[in-house]
Amino acid sequence: MRFSYTIAAVACAAISLAAGAVRAQGTPPQGVRLGLNYALGTKPGVLVLPIDSAGPDSVRAILQRDIDYDDRATVVALDDAGARALMPASGDRFNYPLFAKLGIVAIVRPQRSLTGLTLTMYDVASRKRIQTGNFALPEGDNTPAWRLALHTAADDVERWIFGTRGSAATRILYSAADKQIWEMDSDGANPRKLTSVTLAMSPAWHPSGRTFVFTGFTPRGSQVAVYDFATNDIHWRSATVRGLNITPAFSPSGNTIAYANGADRGTDIMIADAAGEAEARRITVGKGSDNTSPSFSPDGRQIVFMSGRAGHPEVYTMDSDGTNPQILTEFTYGESSYRASPDWSPDGRQIAYESRINGDFQIMTIDLRDRATKQFTSEGENEDPAWAPDGRHLVFSSTRSGPRQLWVLDTESGRMRQLTRAAGARLPAWSPLLKP
Amino acid sequence: MYRNLAVVLAAAVSAVLLPACHKPPVPLAPAPASVNSDSVDRARADSIAQAEAARRAQVADSLRGLRNENGAGEDAIQVIAATIYYDYDRAELTDDARALLLAKARAMQALPATRVRITGHTDNRGASEYNLALGLRRAAEAKAFLVANGADASHIEISSMGEEQPAVQGDSEEAWAKNRRAEFTPLSGSEAQ
Repeated sequence: MRFSYTIAAVACAAISLAAGAVRAQGTPPQGVRLGLNYALGTKPGVLVLPIDSAGPDSVRAILQRDIDYDDRATVVALDDAGARALMPASGDRFNYPLFAKLGIVAIVRPQRSLTGLTLTMYDVASRKRIQTGNFALPEGDNTPAWRLALHTAADDVERWIFGTRGSAATRILYSAADKQIWEMDSDGANPRKLTSVTLAMSPAWHPSGRTFVFTGFTPRGSQVAVYDFATNDIHWRSATVRGLNITPAFSPSGNTIAYANGADRGTDIMIADAAGEAEARRITVGKGSDNTSPSFSPDGRQIVFMSGRAGHPEVYTMDSDGTNPQILTEFTYGESSYRASPDWSPDGRQIAYESRINGDFQIMTIDLRDRATKQFTSEGENEDPAWAPDGRHLVFSSTRSGPRQLWVLDTESGRMRQLTRAAGARLPAWSPLLKP
Repeated sequence: MYRNLAVVLAAAVSAVLLPACHKPPVPLAPAPASVNSDSVDRARADSIAQAEAARRAQVADSLRGLRNENGAGEDAIQVIAATIYYDYDRAELTDDARALLLAKARAMQALPATRVRITGHTDNRGASEYNLALGLRRAAEAKAFLVANGADASHIEISSMGEEQPAVQGDSEEAWAKNRRAEFTPLSGSEAQ
């Protein structure tokens, strides 16, 4: 009986597996990383077993989705029945050669514990348990806090396999069709409205993940405001002068806010104390041009921004005191290029931006060492790129499927997924890793 | 003054009637907004229409107030409140806009108590954040021209809505041309700050 179940499961698995995930002869290629054996340069196959104690099976679904969205491993697609057939009757004496034949490099076994969840990872090649972690899950399945705790567990599994955490335990802020700031989980779950002001735009996270800064329209013009997640309060930065105050961004220390202030003379980048004590300082000399959208380098020493000072919008860098401005995106004189919305990557190595190509905006990156550019999109209008904390994924707005939606792009593989299911989302900002 | 306006309108009419004319057409009347079946788009269009209606009501209120303050000059106020239009991705004033602004400058000199807010707008192409700055530069260019032609700088404030409050919905050249604009809102004494 056991035998025939297994044969059925193997047949079922072989059909549902991605062809490339199945290795010939089941011989694991050599290559060792942190105890897990898999071939470098491949996406190792990971099987998440069904939860074998009372509990919602959405645990398995969420873990699988997080590992899939991380884009570094191949989630072996076995339905619950197929996966259960592969589980030992008791204990952890897995039929490892069979897993190897299925292209499975790591087995992740979730089990409910008194405080939440225990995850155990097995290395198929060495036929050993190599990692165990306990994760507290708050009361109330599928609440935002519960899901965040589960995403944190998935990020730890990524760390077990690859040495660096995943970025599932994050949230994304954006401006929705109702022109308010909304927030959603990194997998698109739990979309919720945070503001009720006029024309809320341009959210940007504080490095702690506990507040964010944005702009809204007031009787004093557009003003900079800070939203506090602990109290759900909005604090208007009344220190800013009357007029146009847009595109705010926190410094990596969280102590200062850079933003653009517009007046008769044009729009320039300002630096203000985040506590709102000192008077803001103007750090660009745009001479009547428009300078907006600052984004700090991770060391806080430089700012990338966009400027129309050359006659058309281009991306520039400068030191964070405003000195040493330099054009980053090359342009041919006389060519009417349009490059906008820069965002400095968390590893400091590259900058994402949007560039108008044949009339439509596309998502690009530029490498800061050799100035090599890469284009990632070609369908529809693609705008507002923002980095995930892993420095690998970008969230952006796109009309590729019709009305504007948020999408996530893996810059390593080029894979894309749609994040929002309500038209009109734009100006996303990806949080740092959040603690449950 | 009225002759100037007539010249402007005549130029606008000829621009619309002559498709070969190089300058973008100056729209005379807003086309009906295309209605999208998507409920989200509809809700947004509704909110924009409400904002637009509120703005018109505010302009009408201000006009009434100014009429009461000045007794006369109703037509001058109409000139001051007329919208001007811009070329794509540019803040420079077109010849049509300059002609209209000249009439506005004279009207403001004729009504020295008049205060006005200029709000720059853009079409929905380009980066929406940068478009806020572009809209402000459009308003600033209009203000600079008014001041250069005798208007009191302290009576003019500028603001921008970028691409956030289109006059008409849509992604056609016609819709874009109507949305690249600066609107002039006469302010009553209490509104001016």
